[in-house]
Amino acid sequence: MSSNLTLRASVLSFVIFVLFIAAWHIATRQIGSVATMDPEYAKLMGLTATTGKSAMPGPFDVAAKIWEHLKNPFYDRGPNDKGLGIQLAYSIGRVMLGYCLAVCVAIPTGFVIGMSPLMNKALNPFIQLLKPISPLAWMPLALYTIKDSAVSAIFVIFICSLWPMMINTAFGVSAVRKEWLNVARTLEVRPLRKAFTVILPAAAPTILTGMRISIGIAWLVIVAAEMLVGGTGIGYFVWNEWNNLSIVNVIISILVIGLVGMLLDQALARVARLVTYPD
Amino acid sequence: MSDYMNADRFISIEGIARHYPKAGGGQTTIFDDLWFSMNRGEFSCIIGHSGCGKTTVLNILAGLELPDEGVAIVDGKAIEGPSLDRAVIFQSHALLPWRTVLGNVSFAVSSKWPDWSADKVRDQAMRFIEKVGLKGSELKRPSELSGGMKQRVGIARALSIEPKILLMDEPFSALDALTRGTLQDEVRRICLETGQTAFMITHDVDEAIYLADRIILMTNGPGAMVAEVVENPLPRNRGRIDLHKQPDYYALRNHLIDFLVTRSRSFKDEIPPGYEKRHPPVVRPTATTAPNAGLSAA
Repeated sequence: MSSNLTLRASVLSFVIFVLFIAAWHIATRQIGSVATMDPEYAKLMGLTATTGKSAMPGPFDVAAKIWEHLKNPFYDRGPNDKGLGIQLAYSIGRVMLGYCLAVCVAIPTGFVIGMSPLMNKALNPFIQLLKPISPLAWMPLALYTIKDSAVSAIFVIFICSLWPMMINTAFGVSAVRKEWLNVARTLEVRPLRKAFTVILPAAAPTILTGMRISIGIAWLVIVAAEMLVGGTGIGYFVWNEWNNLSIVNVIISILVIGLVGMLLDQALARVARLVTYPD
Repeated sequence: MSDYMNADRFISIEGIARHYPKAGGGQTTIFDDLWFSMNRGEFSCIIGHSGCGKTTVLNILAGLELPDEGVAIVDGKAIEGPSLDRAVIFQSHALLPWRTVLGNVSFAVSSKWPDWSADKVRDQAMRFIEKVGLKGSELKRPSELSGGMKQRVGIARALSIEPKILLMDEPFSALDALTRGTLQDEVRRICLETGQTAFMITHDVDEAIYLADRIILMTNGPGAMVAEVVENPLPRNRGRIDLHKQPDYYALRNHLIDFLVTRSRSFKDEIPPGYEKRHPPVVRPTATTAPNAGLSAA
């Protein structure tokens, strides 16, 4: 039954995909009116005006370009012409760095907040105030204080990944079932051992959910941050290709951004499955 | 106080009280000035209606709660917190779901003996897993076990640390009748074999009759008291199957039921002459004594 469902779902997905590609193809191949004009002037006007071809690339243009990128993802021909692989590597590197720093800060802090009602109450106003700030709003302050655009981007990732992980860790830790804590108490388990053998495993699924939310946000934010700081990265690439009026590359970057975001999320989902316990 | 130095008095509850703040100010006294004791190697049950503070008494014995007044003494020492000398079997089994059966029991063993080698911890854990009949399931997780098997793991975990006292909070109340019966047999067998001192909360009169040497009767809360301590007149080698064929069975059972149905409520208003909170009367209902004869004897 379930395999049948999977099969039917896959067929349906494929049909939707084909319909989408077909619609895209038809929408972009349409030939518009061609104005007769001076050849010198036509050169300035570009293809849209002279041949009626839409500036919006069709699916086959995109596919051809993807193939080109796949053949040579890591070329480097100066600051404004780097392979897609290099750009992605920059972005992923920044996200990983900022995200890992955030993990190192958020999980221990969340632990303390979850364990101590005093810390919870004391830190809550700060967290509530800082959480809703758009990470990009930190950018000017980061640029001014850090004075390095690359590090500023990492800082922005750090600050946006922090809150969901901290809040989820605190919640998971404070919601550990009393009976498990009582088991630890009656067995006279020392605080540090209790933290690692009872509280951490009990809160792990909630913590991982926070980590998953954070990596999603971090990946959203890196694109915007790189558009601002420039230089390298997939966000910068999108903006640069827009300035080059290469819609094909813009579409490809959108696709790749989605793909990488999905992979990051799936990787954490897999880890989450490892630490989830059936009740 | 001299009689409390008695060597037999292994556990002694001395004038403990528990108050809760009332919603509109003031406080509710669940119980106060509660006194009773238990001897070494004895199995005691406490019976009473919900709200009389049985679980609080057990939690105080476990060290999970401290009394507002009074003191609980075990083996000559006042209880100041939880201790590995006192193991608890929780009503909800309270197994750690991310650990296997062996992992759960080993967790307790390595808590008691932190310097033991992994092999030694494993051997000790396996010994008790076998004792409760779970050999072969040691690598399963709690979610793969039935309710009865989970509670067996709870029992193995509690026994594996070789506690001086086993504390049980209605350990079998969530189980079906058949499973409950087998687990009662096993707990009784293990306690008799090892001379384990045990204290158990129950709602089940037959469970108390089968397991307990002494049954502590608590009146309804708030303001609960120990009405009396009932000595079990049934022979020590009693079996669960022929329990009702014992000559004193009905005398004891009627006495307990009578207490739960009427006297737990009315005791407060009709305190028998000579009743002292500090020395609750000890009664031993037998076929030859009339239904409330024990009271006047006390």
